[in-house]
Amino acid sequence: MTDLTHLQRLEAEAIHIFREVVAEAENPAMLYSVGKDSAVLLHVARKAFYPSPPPFPLVHVDTTWKFKAMYDFRAKMAEESGMELIVHINEEGVKQGIGPFTHGSGVHTDIMKTVSLKQALDKYKYDAAFGGARRDEEKSRAKERIFSFRTAQHRWDPKNQRPELWKLYNARKAQGESIRVFPLSNWTELDIWQYIYLEDIPIVPLYYSAKRPVIERDGTLIMIDDFDRIDLHEGEKVEEKMVRFRTLGCWPLTGAVESEATTLPEIIQEMLLTTTSERQGRMIDHDAAASMEKKKQEGYF
Amino acid sequence: MAHVSDQIADDILGYLKSHETKSLLRFITCGSVDDGKSTLIGRLLYESKMIFEDQLAALEADSKRVGTQGQEIDFALLVDGLAAEREQGITIDVAYRFFSTDRRKFIVADTPGHEQYTRNMATGASTAEVAILMIDARKGILTQTRRHSFIVSLLGIKHVVLAVNKLDIVDYDRAVYDEIVEAYAEFAKPLDFTSVTPIPMSALRGDNITDKSGHTPWYNGPTLMAYLETVEVADSAETTPFRMPVQWVNRPDLDFRGFAGMIAGGTVRPGDRVKALPSSRESTVKSIVTMGGDLNEAVAGQSVTITLNDEIDVSRGDVLCAADDPAPAADQFQATILWMNENEMLPGRTYLMKTGATTAQATVAAPKHAIDVNTMESLAAHTLALNEIGVCNLNLDRTIAFDAYKDNRDMGGFILIDRLSNETVGVGMIDFALRRASNIHRQALVIDKTARAESKGQKPVMLWFTGLSGSGKSTIANALEQKLHAMGRHTYILDGDNVRHGLNKDLGFTDADRVENIRRVSEVGKLMVDAGLLTLVSFISPFRSERRMARQMMEEGEFVEVHVDTPLAVAEERDVKGLYKKARRGEIKNFTGIDSPYEPPVDPEIRLDTTNQTPDEAADTLLAFLREKGYLA
Repeated sequence: MTDLTHLQRLEAEAIHIFREVVAEAENPAMLYSVGKDSAVLLHVARKAFYPSPPPFPLVHVDTTWKFKAMYDFRAKMAEESGMELIVHINEEGVKQGIGPFTHGSGVHTDIMKTVSLKQALDKYKYDAAFGGARRDEEKSRAKERIFSFRTAQHRWDPKNQRPELWKLYNARKAQGESIRVFPLSNWTELDIWQYIYLEDIPIVPLYYSAKRPVIERDGTLIMIDDFDRIDLHEGEKVEEKMVRFRTLGCWPLTGAVESEATTLPEIIQEMLLTTTSERQGRMIDHDAAASMEKKKQEGYF
Repeated sequence: MAHVSDQIADDILGYLKSHETKSLLRFITCGSVDDGKSTLIGRLLYESKMIFEDQLAALEADSKRVGTQGQEIDFALLVDGLAAEREQGITIDVAYRFFSTDRRKFIVADTPGHEQYTRNMATGASTAEVAILMIDARKGILTQTRRHSFIVSLLGIKHVVLAVNKLDIVDYDRAVYDEIVEAYAEFAKPLDFTSVTPIPMSALRGDNITDKSGHTPWYNGPTLMAYLETVEVADSAETTPFRMPVQWVNRPDLDFRGFAGMIAGGTVRPGDRVKALPSSRESTVKSIVTMGGDLNEAVAGQSVTITLNDEIDVSRGDVLCAADDPAPAADQFQATILWMNENEMLPGRTYLMKTGATTAQATVAAPKHAIDVNTMESLAAHTLALNEIGVCNLNLDRTIAFDAYKDNRDMGGFILIDRLSNETVGVGMIDFALRRASNIHRQALVIDKTARAESKGQKPVMLWFTGLSGSGKSTIANALEQKLHAMGRHTYILDGDNVRHGLNKDLGFTDADRVENIRRVSEVGKLMVDAGLLTLVSFISPFRSERRMARQMMEEGEFVEVHVDTPLAVAEERDVKGLYKKARRGEIKNFTGIDSPYEPPVDPEIRLDTTNQTPDEAADTLLAFLREKGYLA
């Protein structure tokens, strides 16, 4: 008798979840953020429906401030998977010139990400959206269901979640309501990296360390991905450093870490020996206590 | 997060290799409020070095700000995630936590102790293999302990840790510990656990969590962590016959037809003879397809795609079974149900029942009995309220393949979904299928008032319009019926004038005849409510006692008294039928309001003032009332 390892069990669970949604939802989509969790999500989706391509599109809510390498990678993965790629940009926000430097991380994230995501869901009328969120990322996610129900206004009510037992997911909803689905809920950061390693899953090269131009601002290393879109403050100077990213978002909001890790085992080694948690590189979590829970209630993933 | 192993630094590939082969254990912690569940989990995370320095810094700051441990670290703050919880200082929902040691990876469901959140505990228990039951050494076994033990056993968990916590507060007194262990052993006898492992501990102080405590020299058993790392949870799903509920049929082109699903029991290999249920058609397995290549074997817990050698009709919800040991199929069951919604279970109502990949319509009969979770005794019950457990018969609209829950969790567990709210209102475990012969009372059981109302999508009610002659009762009732009819509702009006032309033409207008008139109308109205109709009764009905009689014939919420409150002067001035003039001239005897009294309702559900609203507006008021009270749901 074969004993399944924890990764085999997690993969089987995620595949089961993908198939349930496709069987029960009318118009599902995968929210694709181009990061490592999205890479795993996409890989598992392809396994779930093989030899068919996953029967839903990839939707990227583009803030227009992602790293160039992410845009290149996005195009490549869409082609390789045979899935339709839908890119949604909040054009209203673009017109208003919303950006992280001019408006700060709070406004930028709200307008270009949260509002934009809701626009995309409303526009294409997706009734189920896959996301790569994990319960180990953050306290409020630890209590979220795998099938997370949203009102027609995209709100999450943490006190009124549907009981989720065994492998039985209630995907029923009224017109206009939707469900966010998190097939990787029970994975940890280490599981993600180990799976990427074992399955040889392609990821954006920014995760690997390389010499890159950076400045230090407010104690964070910012990689200059686009010299036309940054005003250097007095005393800031661009340096070439061996850096990599533990998490990928908008380049001005994502801190790089100095690292010598150029292979996956080295990345995993570094992660295991490091002393700060993954999301610390992201600035949106620091805004206020319980900020992620608040953002989730408002519709941010 | 340094898995303190030097191996990570020296031999990362070796480390990855060993981590790759770790097994997974899922467990739940449960107990009463303040037993220290969150503290224990926080401690496990801390001891297994799963806490990062930035989290630790935040934890230390939080501990000083809102912690309950003075200057010491409050581990509970690590896992009490939601902002509301931090304010209330309690855990209110299931939280999942992850940690690993050198031997195993763990998923923990932290489940709440508050009575109203028992449904969340069942949720955590449904996927767990081991349960840690927290006992406060000072308090011993409480109602909640019994309740949680029972739920844990009901959901099929076989291994229990009796965590006798806060032993530091009772000075590590062995007698206290022994007494609790003994009392629990007595209580747990009928619960069918394979093992109960008591451990004396203090989650706060770290006694017997990862290291043997010097405070309990009298204890020779394992530490909690040692137990969790080594407990053998035989996966019974792998020794059961092959089962795979088909989730999705994979048809990329005409040449490929694969059946996708997660194996719920047993093992399958190419060449195996399989039977599709409920159709009972057979074929053999051609291949087990995955993106990484075809498999020679697949076992319970794997998600695969199976192709067959014959073109047999298989669709979502069917179950592929070992042909020589197939699952039974039936459409009537006895099941144990745990109700999870504020609105109580409605016997006779049709709910959606989801089990495996099947969703059927299931009518739930009144409970045969409820189960007292404190004593596990059977109780008489007409329904099940939130957090109540009972044994009920279910009648499905189709035949499904199943196994008893005790034999296979995934083939015998189900959820019940309300068809209107879409909420998951209950969960159940199939005990066994009913033979048709043993259930011949099905008709009487099912086609009752609720069933009739259900099929009309409304809640039957008697709207009793009372008021003076010419007050506008019939006009308003007619306006309301038109609106209801336009909405597709099923209605009927019993009108005083019409009934007196037929059923009651033998009755006059004496007080006795008036009472008999109302009695008959009440009985007819009751039959109509029983038929599921929105029944509008428009009668002067001047006496309170008869209106009360009508009310008492009906069930709670079925009688709505509508006082069409038009002053005598206004009604007399309208005098649509010229009756008041005749009565004033003495041509009609016993006319209400003139020479016979009208007793206005003291406390009607609705009072309509017709002097400042049109009949149409009055009808809208009633419509809003019906909507608000759920009669039209």
